[in-house]
Amino acid sequence: MLNALAVLLVFQLMGEVVVQWLDLPIPGPLIGMLLLFAVLTIRRRVPDWLRDTATGILQHLMLLFIPAVTGVILYFEQLGDDWVAFVVAGIVGTAISIVVTALTLRLMLARRKVPSP
Amino acid sequence: MRPLLTEIWVYLAASPLLWLTVTMLAYLAAYWLYRRSNFNPFVNPVLIAVAFIAMLLLATKTPYPRYFEGAKFIHFLIGPATVALAIPLHAQMQRLKTMWLPLTVALVVGSLVAIISGVGIAWAMGASREIALSLAPKSVTMPIAMGVADKIGGVPALTAVAVAITGISGAIMARSLLNALRIDDDATRGFATGLVAHAIGTARALTRSETTGAFAALAMALNGVATALLAPLLLKLVPLG
Repeated sequence: MLNALAVLLVFQLMGEVVVQWLDLPIPGPLIGMLLLFAVLTIRRRVPDWLRDTATGILQHLMLLFIPAVTGVILYFEQLGDDWVAFVVAGIVGTAISIVVTALTLRLMLARRKVPSP
Repeated sequence: MRPLLTEIWVYLAASPLLWLTVTMLAYLAAYWLYRRSNFNPFVNPVLIAVAFIAMLLLATKTPYPRYFEGAKFIHFLIGPATVALAIPLHAQMQRLKTMWLPLTVALVVGSLVAIISGVGIAWAMGASREIALSLAPKSVTMPIAMGVADKIGGVPALTAVAVAITGISGAIMARSLLNALRIDDDATRGFATGLVAHAIGTARALTRSETTGAFAALAMALNGVATALLAPLLLKLVPLG
């Protein structure tokens, strides 16, 4: 487990270095994820110890967002009278986006499956 | 003489241990409910745990920075956990090779709709320009979203609220919406959930299957990049107000 944690931290660190170096508007961990993905793709095999730890952490991914989301509640009062519009726009916009994205991908995948004559 | 309860409280309230433990216990209790409900999306563990902790902070008049002194140890793990998403993603390598074009089209369309929909609805409902713009990057993880908000004239703090609303409501609604559309392909379900509801949606997608989680992780990462590029560009084309 410690090996796996070390690997994850090293890739996160590399991600941070790349982001700072190239001045990217993306958080380091996302770059770290893409870097690890690239290395795994080249190596073709994921060691069991890495897979087990990753699965363990990801099973409780929701735990990790609790501190940040709790902090967000403090900002709510800054919305004043606009809070209804804000919440409605957030929720309805989310529903529309999920529907449109899913339908687009389904359409595109179906088109691909049509056999060419 | 034994210390008074209030003295013990004063000691504990100042140490990181208390709020770290409270966060863990609140999550475990919420997760227990989530599992008992057979992973019903409405019993979202983040929402339940946060509601409980927020009430506790208000009741004990604990300022958020003091709470975060303890909770930051959990918060820090978001980084390594994000990197760990590479592993389920790698398992989908074979499918990704054949799907890149449909995924790219869905990414661009989904990203644009996610940016426009929230801003448009808030604008139509009469919200101020600043508040409407704060909704633009609502579908990406908090650090990216707050950076984008700052760039396009939104309020980063309000964007953080929008990101939380999107993640939680998306995680709650995704299953019903996708079932209503009769979409049963796990890759499509995961991609839509992760693109729109970022990390919280990805966490929800992982409870369905590894494939769903992998495509959610991929969509989350790609939409982070897409939104950072598209939101400022879009606003240049259509300046609000």
